[in-house]
Amino acid sequence: MRVVIGQGSCGIAAGAEKVRKALLNENISVPISITGCIGMCYLEPIVDIYDEDKLTRLVKVSESDAPAIAEYIQTGDRSKIENLVVTDEDSEFLSKQTRIALRNCGIINPEIIEEYIEKDGYTALKKALGMTPEEVIEIIKTSGLAGRGGAGFPTWFKWNAARNSEGEEKYLICNADEGDPGAFMDRAVIESDPHNLIEGMLIGAYAIGAKHAVVYVRAEYPLAIKRLKNALEQAREKGIIGNNIFGSDFSCDFMIKAGAGAFVCGEETALIESLEGHRGMPRLKPPFPAQSGFWRKPSNINNVETFANVAWIINNGGEAFAAMGTEGSKGTKVFAVTGKVKRSGLVEIPMGKTLRDVIFDIGGGMKTDKPFKAVQMGGPSGGCIPASLIDTVIDYKALGATGAIMGSGGMVVMDESTCMVGMAKFFLDFTAKESCGKCIHCRIGTKRMLEMLERITKGEGKDGDIELLEELCYAIKDGALCGLGQTAPNPVLTTIKYFRDEYEAHIKDKKCPAGECSDLIEYSINKDKCKGCTLCARNCPVEAITGSVKQPHVIDTNKCIKCGKCYSVCRFDAVVKA
Amino acid sequence: MADKAIDLSLLDGVLDEYASVKGSLITILQHTQDIYGYLPKEAIERISERTGIATSEIMGVGTFYTQFRFEPVGKYLIMLCQGTACHVNGSELILQTIKDELHIEDGQTTDDGLFSLKCVACLGCCSLSPVMMINEDTYGSLTPDKTKKILKELREAAV
Repeated sequence: MRVVIGQGSCGIAAGAEKVRKALLNENISVPISITGCIGMCYLEPIVDIYDEDKLTRLVKVSESDAPAIAEYIQTGDRSKIENLVVTDEDSEFLSKQTRIALRNCGIINPEIIEEYIEKDGYTALKKALGMTPEEVIEIIKTSGLAGRGGAGFPTWFKWNAARNSEGEEKYLICNADEGDPGAFMDRAVIESDPHNLIEGMLIGAYAIGAKHAVVYVRAEYPLAIKRLKNALEQAREKGIIGNNIFGSDFSCDFMIKAGAGAFVCGEETALIESLEGHRGMPRLKPPFPAQSGFWRKPSNINNVETFANVAWIINNGGEAFAAMGTEGSKGTKVFAVTGKVKRSGLVEIPMGKTLRDVIFDIGGGMKTDKPFKAVQMGGPSGGCIPASLIDTVIDYKALGATGAIMGSGGMVVMDESTCMVGMAKFFLDFTAKESCGKCIHCRIGTKRMLEMLERITKGEGKDGDIELLEELCYAIKDGALCGLGQTAPNPVLTTIKYFRDEYEAHIKDKKCPAGECSDLIEYSINKDKCKGCTLCARNCPVEAITGSVKQPHVIDTNKCIKCGKCYSVCRFDAVVKA
Repeated sequence: MADKAIDLSLLDGVLDEYASVKGSLITILQHTQDIYGYLPKEAIERISERTGIATSEIMGVGTFYTQFRFEPVGKYLIMLCQGTACHVNGSELILQTIKDELHIEDGQTTDDGLFSLKCVACLGCCSLSPVMMINEDTYGSLTPDKTKKILKELREAAV
């Protein structure tokens, strides 16, 4: 028997480390180890008890459960932990997935290389080293693997271009600057299965002929950096990184570079600028990085999830990967499902499933009693897909047709309480801050759009604002150099396309239908429902609510700052937001 | 706090290792910030001397990235996530709570030097949104009350 505790960043934040310490204090006779992200983030902290191969999964465990868990392990008495055991319904969250990139996540200990090796780790690298680089590229071509970072460009094509570039010195770079708000699969892969990334990168380096591999990882992911460093050391000790890997002619060293917080550095040429120690401002293309990249040498850049598929493809064949998915989108894709969804976490499924499969079948639908409104995909470069398109197939082309993009796989689910104009404003605020400033359209255009959206959400919108927004959107798309600028208008364009009536309500009626824009709502108390419990009055920070005990209370709208405190504390639904 | 003399010898190790390695400016600045908690002017001048990179260029790089600070921060640096999931799940209310409790705005430090507040991009713990990081620790599923309690505990722990 052994105990395994999920310790990705999310698990630790939910209290997994406290649980581990509490279990250690119980002096249980079985080994207690850790694993990375299990992916069922909404059930963290998670404790897995393995008896041979039989798994008992305990969820939402707290420190105070440690004695009961210890008792179960010692005596087999399940009575006190029965309430912690994962339900069949929740188990479906994982059983309905097909995991390739995440295959070891939440199963192996990411800090011990032997556990990865036991799962056929580094066999794909050995196999690849027995082939020619061209053969490796051919397998990737057969697989149909496309870049998982957002653009969806065929991986083999990039590898081939870098391979065919002149020059002895080449670089293979992993883009782990996961900046899309709402996406965290790359973090999970590095924290939970770093050797899978390293193996995929080594295979890529061999294929293109690079002797140097670089991982550019966000500084906001300290645990990922720590585990990756540890994994690199272990791989080095075993001779998997360095000179003459596995006795072959292939040599490759690794370097980690921590990013410093700039969304634009997810764009490959900006990333290269940042690697060289400069401001992360995109370069003109061509020349493409495959010809002239890091230190002006041929370079190939792929995202973490892309590399995480490579070892599996080499071991199982390109055909096996291509057997999953649709005509134009092969294999699986990992989605980070969050927001108002009941079961949030990481979902890896074959392409070709629908948004409904992810959000309702696996995600369990809404966690609130309000209906599903839209899902935001692709972060600031993506868009909002409305409820009416819930049966859209997950496929680069089909998602692109909605105006959103596959992106890196962030899926932020929204219910009727989310204002779509507010959502557009939220993303414009983001892109305006993150614009590097190189192109005028992006630098100033996003700012002007943000100002307009701020006006609209304050109830100061004018006739013609929507049209002006659209005009600016197209100007920025045309005028910006890089992907960040060209896609920055997408959140605005998609919300105008699908939720134009909401914009009009803000502009013409000065109303926010979702009840989110504080300048456009008013709080009042329903006399019939109010019991006079005084709870709202006691919680009001500005003393805007008056009334005697057991008498209906009243809100002074002149004093009210619309903080919503009364609305959230009222136990009788007597506070009305309109 | 700002009046304290800056001990530039603390930088020697970092500069010995990286000053002549090309492309290392961001790494050097990260180590410098680890040492001092921010990027003091004196340190930037020293980095310039040792690397040959003009101070204007160092400032250009330093101001480009959100990670770098030019003012000292409090004992506890609160990084409140502004990601999409946090936004949808009410990070605005958490921001208001922190502002009300500590009487500081984004980017400011409390008078007692205990807390600094910084709104940051997505921390990648979206399933626990709204989320904040205080120094190296992540706190999730925040509510106004939970936030108040965390701040109170940290304040008490610091005394």
